[in-house]
Amino acid sequence: MIVVEDLRVTFGSGDSLVHAVDGVSFRVEAGETFGLVGESGCGKSTILRALCGLNDNWHGAIAVDREVMTPKRPKTFFKKVQMVFQDPYGSLHPRHTVNTTLMEPIAIHGLDQADRRIARVLDQVGLGAAYRFRYPHQLSGGQRQRVAIARALIVEPKVLLLDEPTSALDVSVQAEILNLLSDIRQVARLTCMLVSHDLSVIAHMCHRLAVMNHGKVYEEMSVEDLEAGRARHAYTRQLLQASLGYDRRLAADAAREGLEVG
Amino acid sequence: MSANAAAAGPHRRRLHRWLTAEVTTSPQQASLQRLYFGWLRFRRNPLAMIGLSILLALIVIALLAPWLAHYGSNDQDLYARLKPPSAAHWLGTDELGRDIYSRLIWGSRITLYIACLVAIIAAPVGLIVGTTSGYLGGWTDTVLMRVTDIFLSFPGLVLALAFVAALGPGIENAVIAIALTAWPPIARLARAETLTIRSSDYIAAIRIQGASPLRIIVKHVMPMCVPSVIVRITLNMAGIILTAAGLGFLGLGAQPPSPEWGAMLSTGRQYLIGAWWLAAMPGLAILLTSLAFNLFGDGLRDVLDPRTE
Repeated sequence: MIVVEDLRVTFGSGDSLVHAVDGVSFRVEAGETFGLVGESGCGKSTILRALCGLNDNWHGAIAVDREVMTPKRPKTFFKKVQMVFQDPYGSLHPRHTVNTTLMEPIAIHGLDQADRRIARVLDQVGLGAAYRFRYPHQLSGGQRQRVAIARALIVEPKVLLLDEPTSALDVSVQAEILNLLSDIRQVARLTCMLVSHDLSVIAHMCHRLAVMNHGKVYEEMSVEDLEAGRARHAYTRQLLQASLGYDRRLAADAAREGLEVG
Repeated sequence: MSANAAAAGPHRRRLHRWLTAEVTTSPQQASLQRLYFGWLRFRRNPLAMIGLSILLALIVIALLAPWLAHYGSNDQDLYARLKPPSAAHWLGTDELGRDIYSRLIWGSRITLYIACLVAIIAAPVGLIVGTTSGYLGGWTDTVLMRVTDIFLSFPGLVLALAFVAALGPGIENAVIAIALTAWPPIARLARAETLTIRSSDYIAAIRIQGASPLRIIVKHVMPMCVPSVIVRITLNMAGIILTAAGLGFLGLGAQPPSPEWGAMLSTGRQYLIGAWWLAAMPGLAILLTSLAFNLFGDGLRDVLDPRTE
Protein backbone atom coordinates (compact mmCIF):
# COMPACT_ATOMS: atom_id res chain seq x y z
CA MET A 1 0.00 0.00 0.00
CA ILE A 2 2.80 2.39 0.91
CA VAL A 3 6.26 2.14 -0.62
CA VAL A 4 9.00 4.53 0.43
CA GLU A 5 12.42 4.33 -1.17
CA ASP A 6 15.50 6.28 -0.23
CA LEU A 7 13.50 9.15 1.26
CA ARG A 8 15.62 12.17 2.18
CA VAL A 9 14.43 15.32 3.88
CA THR A 10 16.75 18.16 4.81
CA PHE A 11 16.14 21.38 6.70
CA GLY A 12 18.23 24.53 6.50
CA SER A 13 21.21 25.02 4.22
CA GLY A 14 24.97 25.50 4.30
CA ASP A 15 26.50 24.93 7.74
CA SER A 16 23.13 24.51 9.43
CA LEU A 17 22.00 21.76 7.03
CA VAL A 18 20.23 19.01 8.94
CA HIS A 19 19.47 15.60 7.43
CA ALA A 20 16.19 14.99 9.24
CA VAL A 21 15.52 11.88 7.16
CA ASP A 22 18.54 10.28 5.58
CA GLY A 23 17.79 7.58 3.03
CA VAL A 24 14.86 5.70 4.56
CA SER A 25 13.13 2.81 2.73
CA PHE A 26 10.24 0.64 3.84
CA ARG A 27 7.00 -0.94 2.58
CA VAL A 28 3.64 -1.21 4.28
CA GLU A 29 1.27 -3.89 2.98
CA ALA A 30 -2.46 -3.30 2.67
CA GLY A 31 -4.28 -3.87 5.95
CA GLU A 32 -1.07 -3.84 7.92
CA THR A 33 -0.12 -1.51 10.74
CA PHE A 34 3.45 -0.36 10.56
CA GLY A 35 5.19 1.34 13.44
CA LEU A 36 7.99 3.87 13.41
CA VAL A 37 9.73 4.10 16.74
CA GLY A 38 12.58 6.25 17.94
CA GLU A 39 13.44 9.06 20.28
CA SER A 40 12.39 12.70 19.77
CA GLY A 41 13.97 14.33 16.75
CA CYS A 42 14.90 11.10 14.98
CA GLY A 43 12.87 12.05 11.91
CA LYS A 44 9.85 9.78 12.33
CA SER A 45 7.26 12.56 12.27
CA THR A 46 9.07 14.16 9.33
CA ILE A 47 8.51 10.97 7.33
CA LEU A 48 4.75 11.18 8.03
CA ARG A 49 4.62 14.84 7.02
CA ALA A 50 6.38 14.05 3.73
CA LEU A 51 4.05 11.09 3.16
CA CYS A 52 0.86 13.08 3.64
CA GLY A 53 2.03 16.08 1.61
CA LEU A 54 2.49 18.62 4.40
CA ASN A 55 6.21 18.81 3.65
CA ASP A 56 6.92 19.16 -0.07
CA ASN A 57 10.68 19.46 0.22
CA TRP A 58 11.81 15.82 -0.02
CA HIS A 59 13.78 13.57 -2.37
CA GLY A 60 13.41 9.91 -3.12
CA ALA A 61 10.34 7.94 -4.11
CA ILE A 62 6.98 7.59 -2.40
CA ALA A 63 4.13 5.50 -3.76
CA VAL A 64 0.74 5.12 -2.13
CA ASP A 65 -1.80 2.62 -3.46
CA ARG A 66 0.41 1.99 -6.54
CA GLU A 67 0.47 5.69 -7.40
CA VAL A 68 3.80 7.48 -7.46
CA MET A 69 3.61 10.70 -5.44
CA THR A 70 4.86 14.13 -6.39
CA PRO A 71 5.35 16.85 -3.76
CA LYS A 72 2.03 18.44 -4.75
CA ARG A 73 -0.95 16.19 -4.09
CA PRO A 74 -4.30 16.18 -5.89
CA LYS A 75 -7.51 16.44 -3.88
CA THR A 76 -8.28 12.75 -4.47
CA PHE A 77 -5.12 11.86 -2.51
CA PHE A 78 -6.56 13.40 0.65
CA LYS A 79 -9.64 11.25 0.36
CA LYS A 80 -7.40 8.20 0.44
CA VAL A 81 -4.86 9.20 3.09
CA GLN A 82 -5.72 10.90 6.37
CA MET A 83 -3.76 11.77 9.46
CA VAL A 84 -4.34 12.15 13.20
CA PHE A 85 -2.09 14.61 14.94
CA GLN A 86 -0.27 14.37 18.22
CA ASP A 87 -1.78 17.30 20.07
CA PRO A 88 -5.59 17.29 20.20
CA TYR A 89 -5.46 20.76 21.79
CA GLY A 90 -3.81 22.22 18.69
CA SER A 91 -5.31 20.20 15.89
CA LEU A 92 -8.94 21.37 16.21
CA HIS A 93 -9.92 24.86 15.09
CA PRO A 94 -10.75 26.72 18.34
CA ARG A 95 -13.67 28.64 16.82
CA HIS A 96 -15.30 25.74 14.99
CA THR A 97 -17.82 23.43 16.59
CA VAL A 98 -17.42 19.69 16.16
CA ASN A 99 -20.12 19.93 13.52
CA THR A 100 -18.26 22.60 11.52
CA THR A 101 -15.01 20.65 11.77
CA LEU A 102 -16.69 17.54 10.39
CA MET A 103 -18.62 19.44 7.71
CA GLU A 104 -15.41 20.77 6.15
CA PRO A 105 -14.14 17.49 4.60
CA ILE A 106 -17.69 16.76 3.43
CA ALA A 107 -17.89 20.12 1.67
CA ILE A 108 -14.37 19.85 0.24
CA HIS A 109 -14.90 16.43 -1.28
CA GLY A 110 -18.54 17.07 -2.18
CA LEU A 111 -19.86 14.08 -0.25
CA ASP A 112 -23.59 13.49 0.10
CA GLN A 113 -25.76 12.79 3.17
CA ALA A 114 -23.77 15.06 5.46
CA ASP A 115 -26.02 14.61 8.49
CA ARG A 116 -25.98 10.85 8.35
CA ARG A 117 -22.22 10.70 7.85
CA ILE A 118 -21.55 12.97 10.82
CA ALA A 119 -23.93 11.05 13.08
CA ARG A 120 -22.36 7.75 12.04
CA VAL A 121 -18.76 8.84 12.44
CA LEU A 122 -19.46 10.41 15.86
CA ASP A 123 -21.04 7.14 16.90
CA GLN A 124 -18.06 5.24 15.53
CA VAL A 125 -15.58 7.16 17.71
CA GLY A 126 -17.78 6.82 20.78
CA LEU A 127 -19.08 10.40 20.96
CA GLY A 128 -22.83 10.79 20.96
CA ALA A 129 -24.90 13.38 19.16
CA ALA A 130 -24.69 15.52 22.32
CA TYR A 131 -21.16 16.55 21.37
CA ARG A 132 -22.02 17.65 17.86
CA PHE A 133 -22.43 21.37 18.54
CA ARG A 134 -19.70 21.83 21.11
CA TYR A 135 -16.58 23.89 20.77
CA PRO A 136 -13.19 22.26 21.41
CA HIS A 137 -12.76 24.18 24.68
CA GLN A 138 -15.85 22.40 25.99
CA LEU A 139 -14.24 19.00 25.44
CA SER A 140 -11.60 17.00 27.32
CA GLY A 141 -8.33 15.94 25.70
CA GLY A 142 -9.57 12.43 24.97
CA GLN A 143 -12.82 13.74 23.50
CA ARG A 144 -10.90 16.13 21.29
CA GLN A 145 -8.73 13.32 20.00
CA ARG A 146 -11.90 11.37 19.22
CA VAL A 147 -13.12 14.33 17.19
CA ALA A 148 -9.78 14.45 15.36
CA ILE A 149 -10.11 10.74 14.60
CA ALA A 150 -13.68 11.27 13.41
CA ARG A 151 -12.48 14.05 11.09
CA ALA A 152 -9.91 11.68 9.58
CA LEU A 153 -12.45 8.86 9.19
CA ILE A 154 -15.31 10.83 7.69
CA VAL A 155 -13.88 10.72 4.15
CA GLU A 156 -13.50 6.93 4.50
CA PRO A 157 -9.77 6.81 3.80
CA LYS A 158 -7.73 3.70 3.01
CA VAL A 159 -4.62 4.82 4.84
CA LEU A 160 -4.49 6.37 8.30
CA LEU A 161 -1.32 8.04 9.49
CA LEU A 162 -1.05 8.39 13.25
CA ASP A 163 1.48 10.84 14.66
CA GLU A 164 1.87 9.94 18.34
CA PRO A 165 -1.90 9.92 18.73
CA THR A 166 -1.83 9.28 22.48
CA SER A 167 1.28 10.96 23.83
CA ALA A 168 -0.52 14.21 24.73
CA LEU A 169 -3.20 12.35 26.72
CA ASP A 170 -3.12 11.04 30.24
CA VAL A 171 -2.58 7.34 30.83
CA SER A 172 -6.15 6.16 31.39
CA VAL A 173 -7.33 7.95 28.25
CA GLN A 174 -4.41 6.63 26.21
CA ALA A 175 -5.67 3.06 26.54
CA GLU A 176 -9.20 4.09 25.46
CA ILE A 177 -7.92 5.85 22.35
CA LEU A 178 -5.62 2.95 21.43
CA ASN A 179 -8.48 0.47 21.75
CA LEU A 180 -10.70 2.74 19.69
CA LEU A 181 -8.03 2.96 17.00
CA SER A 182 -7.52 -0.80 16.82
CA ASP A 183 -11.28 -1.38 16.61
CA ILE A 184 -11.69 1.15 13.83
CA ARG A 185 -8.70 -0.22 11.98
CA GLN A 186 -10.30 -3.65 11.89
CA VAL A 187 -13.80 -2.52 10.97
CA ALA A 188 -12.66 -0.14 8.21
CA ARG A 189 -9.78 -2.41 7.09
CA LEU A 190 -7.36 0.48 7.26
CA THR A 191 -3.70 0.45 6.46
CA CYS A 192 -2.03 2.36 9.29
CA MET A 193 1.29 3.93 10.05
CA LEU A 194 1.88 4.73 13.67
CA VAL A 195 4.68 6.94 14.87
CA SER A 196 5.56 6.72 18.54
CA HIS A 197 8.42 6.86 20.99
CA ASP A 198 6.58 4.43 23.21
CA LEU A 199 7.43 0.78 22.52
CA SER A 200 4.41 -0.52 24.44
CA VAL A 201 2.07 1.51 22.22
CA ILE A 202 3.82 0.15 19.14
CA ALA A 203 3.66 -3.41 20.47
CA HIS A 204 -0.05 -3.01 21.18
CA MET A 205 -0.97 -1.64 17.76
CA CYS A 206 1.49 -2.77 15.10
CA HIS A 207 2.33 -5.86 13.07
CA ARG A 208 5.79 -4.69 12.06
CA LEU A 209 7.99 -1.79 13.07
CA ALA A 210 11.11 0.09 12.13
CA VAL A 211 13.49 1.49 14.71
CA MET A 212 14.86 4.90 13.77
CA ASN A 213 17.60 7.13 15.04
CA HIS A 214 19.42 10.12 13.51
CA GLY A 215 17.20 10.02 10.40
CA LYS A 216 18.05 6.41 9.54
CA VAL A 217 16.22 3.13 9.98
CA TYR A 218 18.45 0.97 12.17
CA GLU A 219 16.40 -2.15 12.01
CA GLU A 220 13.04 -3.51 10.85
CA MET A 221 11.39 -6.22 12.90
CA SER A 222 8.09 -7.94 13.59
CA VAL A 223 6.20 -7.36 16.80
CA GLU A 224 6.85 -11.00 17.78
CA ASP A 225 10.58 -10.29 17.60
CA LEU A 226 10.07 -7.20 19.69
CA GLU A 227 8.13 -9.02 22.34
CA ALA A 228 10.66 -11.83 22.49
CA GLY A 229 13.43 -9.25 22.79
CA ARG A 230 15.16 -10.45 19.62
CA ALA A 231 16.86 -7.20 18.68
CA ARG A 232 19.85 -7.23 16.34
CA HIS A 233 20.95 -3.66 16.69
CA ALA A 234 22.51 -2.29 19.89
CA TYR A 235 20.31 0.83 19.77
CA THR A 236 17.16 -1.28 19.68
CA ARG A 237 18.33 -3.23 22.72
CA GLN A 238 19.00 0.03 24.52
CA LEU A 239 15.52 1.27 23.62
CA LEU A 240 14.00 -1.99 24.82
CA GLN A 241 15.88 -1.76 28.10
CA ALA A 242 14.83 1.83 28.54
CA SER A 243 11.19 0.96 27.98
CA LEU A 244 11.32 -1.50 30.91
CA GLY A 245 11.94 1.37 33.28
CA TYR A 246 14.71 3.55 34.56
CA ASP A 247 18.02 1.74 34.92
CA ARG A 248 20.92 3.52 36.60
CA ARG A 249 23.58 1.54 34.72
CA LEU A 250 21.84 2.00 31.37
CA ALA A 251 21.48 5.72 31.90
CA ALA A 252 25.16 5.94 32.75
CA ASP A 253 26.03 3.93 29.60
CA ALA A 254 23.84 6.16 27.47
CA ALA A 255 25.40 9.26 28.98
CA ARG A 256 28.94 7.97 28.40
CA GLU A 257 28.06 7.04 24.83
CA GLY A 258 26.57 10.47 24.32
CA LEU A 259 29.81 12.05 25.58
CA GLU A 260 31.90 9.94 23.23
CA VAL A 261 29.73 10.75 20.25
CA GLY A 262 29.57 14.43 21.19
CA MET B 1 -45.91 45.92 37.51
CA SER B 2 -44.98 43.04 39.82
CA ALA B 3 -47.31 40.71 37.92
CA ASN B 4 -45.54 41.76 34.78
CA ALA B 5 -42.13 40.96 36.24
CA ALA B 6 -43.38 37.59 37.45
CA ALA B 7 -44.63 36.80 33.96
CA ALA B 8 -41.31 37.84 32.42
CA GLY B 9 -39.38 35.76 34.99
CA PRO B 10 -39.92 32.24 33.61
CA HIS B 11 -39.25 33.44 30.05
CA ARG B 12 -35.98 35.02 31.06
CA ARG B 13 -34.98 31.98 33.07
CA ARG B 14 -35.79 29.70 30.17
CA LEU B 15 -33.75 31.88 27.83
CA HIS B 16 -30.87 31.86 30.31
CA ARG B 17 -31.07 28.07 30.60
CA TRP B 18 -31.10 27.71 26.82
CA LEU B 19 -28.11 30.02 26.51
CA THR B 20 -26.07 28.21 29.17
CA ALA B 21 -27.17 24.66 28.35
CA GLU B 22 -24.47 22.02 28.70
CA VAL B 23 -25.69 20.26 25.56
CA THR B 24 -26.27 22.47 22.54
CA THR B 25 -28.54 21.09 19.89
CA SER B 26 -28.10 23.43 16.95
CA PRO B 27 -25.32 25.53 15.41
CA GLN B 28 -27.35 28.69 16.14
CA GLN B 29 -27.57 27.83 19.81
CA ALA B 30 -23.84 27.09 19.96
CA SER B 31 -22.85 30.42 18.44
CA LEU B 32 -25.42 32.41 20.43
CA GLN B 33 -24.06 30.76 23.54
CA ARG B 34 -20.59 32.02 22.66
CA LEU B 35 -21.96 35.54 22.24
CA TYR B 36 -23.86 35.29 25.50
CA PHE B 37 -20.80 34.20 27.48
CA GLY B 38 -18.83 37.02 25.85
CA TRP B 39 -21.54 39.49 26.87
CA LEU B 40 -21.48 38.21 30.45
CA ARG B 41 -17.72 38.86 30.58
CA PHE B 42 -18.06 42.26 28.91
CA ARG B 43 -20.72 43.29 31.41
CA ARG B 44 -18.31 42.86 34.30
CA ASN B 45 -16.16 45.74 33.00
CA PRO B 46 -17.80 49.00 34.18
CA LEU B 47 -15.67 51.33 32.03
CA ALA B 48 -16.44 49.36 28.90
CA MET B 49 -20.13 49.48 29.80
CA ILE B 50 -19.88 53.29 30.09
CA GLY B 51 -18.28 53.38 26.63
CA LEU B 52 -20.98 51.12 25.22
CA SER B 53 -23.78 53.20 26.73
CA ILE B 54 -22.35 56.43 25.30
CA LEU B 55 -22.12 54.81 21.86
CA LEU B 56 -25.64 53.41 22.10
CA ALA B 57 -26.89 56.83 23.23
CA LEU B 58 -25.11 58.38 20.23
CA ILE B 59 -26.80 55.95 17.86
CA VAL B 60 -30.21 56.62 19.43
CA ILE B 61 -29.61 60.37 19.21
CA ALA B 62 -28.64 60.10 15.55
CA LEU B 63 -31.73 58.01 14.79
CA LEU B 64 -34.11 60.28 16.70
CA ALA B 65 -32.48 63.56 15.60
CA PRO B 66 -35.68 65.09 14.07
CA TRP B 67 -37.51 64.62 17.39
CA LEU B 68 -34.65 65.54 19.73
CA ALA B 69 -33.43 68.66 17.94
CA HIS B 70 -35.27 71.89 18.79
CA TYR B 71 -34.33 73.60 15.53
CA GLY B 72 -33.20 72.58 12.07
CA SER B 73 -29.46 72.36 11.55
CA ASN B 74 -29.41 75.59 9.52
CA ASP B 75 -32.19 77.65 11.14
CA GLN B 76 -30.72 81.10 11.58
CA ASP B 77 -31.89 83.78 13.94
CA LEU B 78 -29.68 86.83 13.57
CA TYR B 79 -31.36 88.53 16.55
CA ALA B 80 -30.07 85.74 18.80
CA ARG B 81 -26.42 85.61 17.76
CA LEU B 82 -23.75 84.27 20.15
CA LYS B 83 -26.18 83.77 23.03
CA PRO B 84 -24.76 81.83 26.02
CA PRO B 85 -26.43 78.60 27.14
CA SER B 86 -29.97 79.25 28.40
CA ALA B 87 -33.38 77.58 28.65
CA ALA B 88 -34.22 78.52 25.05
CA HIS B 89 -30.84 77.45 23.66
CA TRP B 90 -29.45 74.71 25.93
CA LEU B 91 -25.91 74.96 24.62
CA GLY B 92 -26.09 78.52 23.33
CA THR B 93 -26.13 79.82 19.76
CA ASP B 94 -23.40 80.46 17.22
CA GLU B 95 -22.43 83.49 15.15
CA LEU B 96 -25.49 83.10 12.89
CA GLY B 97 -27.87 82.45 15.75
CA ARG B 98 -28.11 78.71 15.09
CA ASP B 99 -28.86 76.50 18.09
CA ILE B 100 -25.68 74.58 18.99
CA TYR B 101 -27.52 71.79 20.82
CA SER B 102 -29.59 71.04 17.71
CA ARG B 103 -26.57 71.26 15.43
CA LEU B 104 -24.64 68.81 17.62
CA ILE B 105 -27.54 66.36 17.38
CA TRP B 106 -27.72 66.66 13.61
CA GLY B 107 -23.93 66.39 13.50
CA SER B 108 -23.95 63.05 15.33
CA ARG B 109 -25.37 61.56 12.12
CA ILE B 110 -22.36 62.79 10.16
CA THR B 111 -19.90 61.50 12.74
CA LEU B 112 -21.47 58.04 12.81
CA TYR B 113 -21.73 58.02 9.02
CA ILE B 114 -18.00 58.70 8.70
CA ALA B 115 -17.04 56.21 11.41
CA CYS B 116 -19.19 53.38 10.00
CA LEU B 117 -18.19 53.97 6.40
CA VAL B 118 -14.49 54.01 7.22
CA ALA B 119 -14.85 50.83 9.30
CA ILE B 120 -16.78 49.11 6.50
CA ILE B 121 -14.10 49.98 3.95
CA ALA B 122 -10.91 49.69 6.00
CA ALA B 123 -11.56 46.54 8.06
CA PRO B 124 -12.28 44.14 5.18
CA VAL B 125 -9.50 45.57 3.01
CA GLY B 126 -6.99 45.27 5.84
CA LEU B 127 -8.19 41.79 6.74
CA ILE B 128 -8.04 40.49 3.17
CA VAL B 129 -4.63 42.00 2.41
CA GLY B 130 -3.15 40.87 5.74
CA THR B 131 -4.39 37.28 5.76
CA THR B 132 -3.61 36.69 2.07
CA SER B 133 -0.14 38.07 2.44
CA GLY B 134 0.53 36.15 5.65
CA TYR B 135 -0.85 32.83 4.49
CA LEU B 136 0.56 32.73 0.95
CA GLY B 137 3.95 34.23 1.82
CA GLY B 138 6.63 34.55 -0.86
CA TRP B 139 6.12 37.09 -3.63
CA THR B 140 2.53 37.88 -2.72
CA ASP B 141 3.67 38.76 0.77
CA THR B 142 6.55 40.93 -0.42
CA VAL B 143 4.45 42.93 -2.87
CA LEU B 144 1.44 43.43 -0.58
CA MET B 145 3.56 44.36 2.41
CA ARG B 146 5.66 46.91 0.48
CA VAL B 147 2.44 48.58 -0.68
CA THR B 148 1.28 48.61 2.95
CA ASP B 149 4.63 50.09 3.98
CA ILE B 150 4.21 52.93 1.50
CA PHE B 151 0.80 53.79 2.95
CA LEU B 152 2.12 53.44 6.48
CA SER B 153 5.07 55.74 5.91
CA PHE B 154 2.83 58.81 5.56
CA PRO B 155 1.25 60.37 8.64
CA GLY B 156 -2.48 59.68 8.41
CA LEU B 157 -3.71 63.26 8.41
CA VAL B 158 -1.11 64.36 5.83
CA LEU B 159 -2.06 61.53 3.46
CA ALA B 160 -5.74 62.32 3.96
CA LEU B 161 -4.98 65.98 3.24
CA ALA B 162 -3.23 65.02 0.01
CA PHE B 163 -6.16 62.86 -1.10
CA VAL B 164 -8.73 65.50 -0.27
CA ALA B 165 -6.64 68.09 -2.08
CA ALA B 166 -6.62 65.83 -5.14
CA LEU B 167 -10.27 64.73 -4.96
CA GLY B 168 -11.73 68.02 -3.73
CA PRO B 169 -13.16 68.82 -0.31
CA GLY B 170 -16.35 67.08 0.84
CA ILE B 171 -17.49 64.45 3.23
CA GLU B 172 -17.36 61.49 0.80
CA ASN B 173 -13.82 62.31 -0.21
CA ALA B 174 -12.86 62.70 3.43
CA VAL B 175 -14.22 59.20 4.09
CA ILE B 176 -12.23 57.75 1.18
CA ALA B 177 -9.09 59.56 2.32
CA ILE B 178 -9.44 58.37 5.92
CA ALA B 179 -10.20 54.80 4.83
CA LEU B 180 -7.04 54.80 2.72
CA THR B 181 -4.99 55.67 5.77
CA ALA B 182 -6.86 53.34 8.13
CA TRP B 183 -6.38 49.95 6.44
CA PRO B 184 -2.57 49.47 6.57
CA PRO B 185 -2.25 49.02 10.37
CA ILE B 186 -5.08 46.49 10.18
CA ALA B 187 -3.35 44.61 7.37
CA ARG B 188 -0.17 44.50 9.46
CA LEU B 189 -2.05 43.17 12.44
CA ALA B 190 -3.91 40.53 10.41
CA ARG B 191 -0.67 39.40 8.77
CA ALA B 192 1.09 39.00 12.12
CA GLU B 193 -1.82 36.94 13.45
CA THR B 194 -1.89 34.85 10.28
CA LEU B 195 1.81 34.01 10.59
CA THR B 196 1.25 32.42 13.99
CA ILE B 197 -1.96 30.71 12.86
CA ARG B 198 -0.65 29.18 9.65
CA SER B 199 1.92 26.98 11.37
CA SER B 200 -0.66 25.55 13.77
CA ASP B 201 -1.84 21.96 13.65
CA TYR B 202 -5.43 22.83 12.81
CA ILE B 203 -4.28 24.52 9.60
CA ALA B 204 -2.10 21.48 8.78
CA ALA B 205 -5.17 19.35 9.48
CA ILE B 206 -7.39 21.28 7.08
CA ARG B 207 -4.61 21.23 4.46
CA ILE B 208 -4.59 17.45 4.49
CA GLN B 209 -8.35 17.49 4.20
CA GLY B 210 -7.57 18.84 0.74
CA ALA B 211 -8.80 22.41 1.24
CA SER B 212 -7.78 25.10 -1.26
CA PRO B 213 -5.79 28.14 -0.05
CA LEU B 214 -8.85 30.35 -0.61
CA ARG B 215 -10.97 28.14 1.60
CA ILE B 216 -8.30 28.00 4.30
CA ILE B 217 -7.88 31.79 4.32
CA VAL B 218 -11.59 32.60 4.35
CA LYS B 219 -12.95 29.88 6.62
CA HIS B 220 -10.02 29.03 8.88
CA VAL B 221 -7.60 31.94 9.10
CA MET B 222 -9.99 34.89 8.94
CA PRO B 223 -12.25 33.82 11.83
CA MET B 224 -9.15 33.79 14.04
CA CYS B 225 -8.12 37.30 12.94
CA VAL B 226 -11.56 38.93 13.02
CA PRO B 227 -11.72 39.54 16.80
CA SER B 228 -8.42 41.42 16.95
CA VAL B 229 -9.34 43.36 13.80
CA ILE B 230 -12.66 44.39 15.38
CA VAL B 231 -10.84 45.48 18.52
CA ARG B 232 -8.27 47.39 16.52
CA ILE B 233 -10.79 49.20 14.32
CA THR B 234 -12.83 50.14 17.41
CA LEU B 235 -9.75 51.55 19.11
CA ASN B 236 -8.81 53.33 15.86
CA MET B 237 -12.30 54.78 15.61
CA ALA B 238 -11.33 57.55 18.02
CA GLY B 239 -8.46 58.48 15.72
CA ILE B 240 -10.74 58.27 12.69
CA ILE B 241 -13.26 60.64 14.26
CA LEU B 242 -10.46 63.01 15.22
CA THR B 243 -9.04 62.90 11.68
CA ALA B 244 -12.50 63.57 10.25
CA ALA B 245 -12.93 66.46 12.66
CA GLY B 246 -9.42 67.62 11.81
CA LEU B 247 -10.22 67.65 8.09
CA GLY B 248 -13.43 69.52 8.87
CA PHE B 249 -11.46 71.94 11.03
CA LEU B 250 -9.02 72.59 8.20
CA GLY B 251 -11.93 73.20 5.86
CA LEU B 252 -11.23 70.08 3.78
CA GLY B 253 -13.89 67.77 5.18
CA ALA B 254 -17.53 68.64 5.58
CA GLN B 255 -18.21 72.11 4.25
CA PRO B 256 -19.46 75.03 6.43
CA PRO B 257 -23.22 74.96 6.55
CA SER B 258 -23.04 71.28 7.47
CA PRO B 259 -23.17 70.71 11.24
CA GLU B 260 -20.07 68.50 11.26
CA TRP B 261 -18.40 68.77 14.66
CA GLY B 262 -14.92 69.58 13.34
CA ALA B 263 -16.27 72.31 11.05
CA MET B 264 -18.30 73.75 13.95
CA LEU B 265 -15.18 73.77 16.09
CA SER B 266 -13.29 75.50 13.32
CA THR B 267 -15.73 78.42 12.97
CA GLY B 268 -16.14 78.60 16.76
CA ARG B 269 -12.41 79.23 17.09
CA GLN B 270 -12.80 82.85 15.93
CA TYR B 271 -15.18 83.62 18.80
CA LEU B 272 -13.30 81.65 21.41
CA ILE B 273 -12.59 84.62 23.70
CA GLY B 274 -16.08 86.08 23.82
CA ALA B 275 -18.23 82.99 23.26
CA TRP B 276 -16.39 79.88 24.48
CA TRP B 277 -19.40 77.59 24.00
CA LEU B 278 -19.08 77.77 20.21
CA ALA B 279 -15.86 75.75 20.26
CA ALA B 280 -16.21 73.97 23.60
CA MET B 281 -19.49 72.16 22.89
CA PRO B 282 -18.48 70.42 19.65
CA GLY B 283 -15.07 69.81 21.20
CA LEU B 284 -16.69 68.06 24.15
CA ALA B 285 -18.83 65.99 21.81
CA ILE B 286 -15.73 64.84 19.88
CA LEU B 287 -13.92 64.09 23.14
CA LEU B 288 -16.82 62.10 24.55
CA THR B 289 -17.29 60.03 21.40
CA SER B 290 -13.58 59.24 21.04
CA LEU B 291 -13.40 58.30 24.69
CA ALA B 292 -16.44 56.06 24.35
CA PHE B 293 -14.89 54.22 21.40
CA ASN B 294 -11.66 53.73 23.33
CA LEU B 295 -13.37 52.40 26.45
CA PHE B 296 -15.59 50.12 24.38
CA GLY B 297 -12.58 48.88 22.38
CA ASP B 298 -10.65 48.08 25.55
CA GLY B 299 -13.58 46.10 26.90
CA LEU B 300 -13.97 44.26 23.61
CA ARG B 301 -10.30 43.34 23.62
CA ASP B 302 -10.62 41.80 27.07
CA VAL B 303 -13.48 39.64 25.82
CA LEU B 304 -12.30 38.77 22.32
CA ASP B 305 -8.56 38.37 22.71
CA PRO B 306 -7.92 34.60 22.56
CA ARG B 307 -4.92 35.03 24.87
CA THR B 308 -7.15 36.09 27.74
CA GLU B 309 -9.53 33.16 27.32
